[in-house]
Amino acid sequence: MEKLGEISMEKLLAELETLKAQTSRMENSRKDQLSIAIVSGDMDKILAGMIISLAAAAMDTQVKLFFSFWALAALRDPKKKAKGKDFISKMFGFMLPKGRNKLKLSRLNMCGMGPMMIKSLMKKQGVMSLDEMFKEAAELGIEITVCEMSMHLMGFKKEEMIDYPNLRFAGATTFVADAGESSMQWFI
Amino acid sequence: MTTEELKGLKVAKSVDARGTACPGPLLEAKKAIGTINVGDVMEVLSADEGTKIDIPKWCTKQGHEFLGSIDENGYFKVYLRKK
Repeated sequence: MEKLGEISMEKLLAELETLKAQTSRMENSRKDQLSIAIVSGDMDKILAGMIISLAAAAMDTQVKLFFSFWALAALRDPKKKAKGKDFISKMFGFMLPKGRNKLKLSRLNMCGMGPMMIKSLMKKQGVMSLDEMFKEAAELGIEITVCEMSMHLMGFKKEEMIDYPNLRFAGATTFVADAGESSMQWFI
Repeated sequence: MTTEELKGLKVAKSVDARGTACPGPLLEAKKAIGTINVGDVMEVLSADEGTKIDIPKWCTKQGHEFLGSIDENGYFKVYLRKK
């Protein structure tokens, strides 16, 4: 009985050691970093994503945003034009919002009345505009990665994307790799 | 700290963030904290109710000492010491 007790004690200690090693590995591999996959192109969701990102950056958390699908419309520069598009790409380009100031609301859009009302309320209550938010984000070093595959799928081209200091073009693997080392991983 | 103690503090930097809503005050606090020395007291003026809860959390994360807040008419003052 006594021997059995000793063995289980030894086992327990060994288990504890493995656990300790595991937790320290997990702690070391997770950085103070926020990774968000932003897929939605609705104004409200882009706003939420940017506000949370800015708050995180203000807390010195490294922020990495991965823009994909509908969200790419928010990264279009209305002043830029891309040449050499096929018919379907042109159609997509025509139907999707041209830039962050033309985004629609996910609810109560009312043919553009909703966004207009929200924008005037935001201004009245001192909430930053999306333009200001992107400017702040750039200053705080928030990284934006454009999903190359969905950009091609939607017929957008690199040359019509906004000027942004930390704009990268990459694939889903980049997001997964970044998210893997982040302490927070979200999907909007 | 009591309100009297907070009022008696020597403030090294005052940030007026009353014109901005969340997360404006936090961003302004972040920018201003870099301009003061360790041990100095910073005051943040805000009209955004959420800031009163957010600033202490920010202090905990950044390691600064949250000292307290004073309610004024229509806004409030938050005090913290840089660590």
